[in-house]
Amino acid sequence: MITLKYFASLRSIAGKDEESLDLGNETTVQKLSEILAKTTPQIGEMIQGKKILVAVNQDVATLDTVIHDGDEVAFLPPFSGGSK
Amino acid sequence: MSTVMESKVRIQREDFSVTDEIEAMKKVSRNIGGIVVFLGTGREMSKGQNITKLSFEHYPKMAEKKLEELRLKAIDDYKIIDMSIIHRIGEIDIGENIVLIVAAGEHRKEAFSACEWAITELKRTTPIWKSETTSTGEVWVQDTP
Repeated sequence: MITLKYFASLRSIAGKDEESLDLGNETTVQKLSEILAKTTPQIGEMIQGKKILVAVNQDVATLDTVIHDGDEVAFLPPFSGGSK
Repeated sequence: MSTVMESKVRIQREDFSVTDEIEAMKKVSRNIGGIVVFLGTGREMSKGQNITKLSFEHYPKMAEKKLEELRLKAIDDYKIIDMSIIHRIGEIDIGENIVLIVAAGEHRKEAFSACEWAITELKRTTPIWKSETTSTGEVWVQDTP
């Protein structure tokens, strides 16, 4: 099982803040985005269009990054911390 | 009264004392000759609208890790003596403290440069998000990709 985490604006788009998916022993961010494109199309499109960042185990990932069973995958909309 | 903890990088709900953080930094080294502080505070107006509520959310572990990376890079690249970074999360009132960066160098020049770099980089690389509530509703601010 992998854990998916949705933050900030993505939480309302996904309708949840976290979910678990069984994707076998190994997959990639690209493959995960294709699966999500069917369940939550907006999120899938944003990953593929690089509108949001994907982090695997708290490190920024690319579409080629391999995801292993037990990993934590987070979807991160553009940041806005700090202060202008 | 707030307490200054040992960690140089913190994400916390509670407020911090700017004075206490500066005093803690001064104890790091007797070679410090200049300390530059950036303090970000809750602003009332955003894009012409009155903000009634500000709220910050972070990705635990990754946000702390990014802040520590940023701190170490600032120390290394700008040859400063030390830096501390504190960011608050949760609901924050207008005028309250949000983020503090304390950069200490032997001289002012590198401390100014490091401090400016750090706040810009923080906004760019640290998974922290701000929501603003106005009379028209709540929006997640996403104007700093």
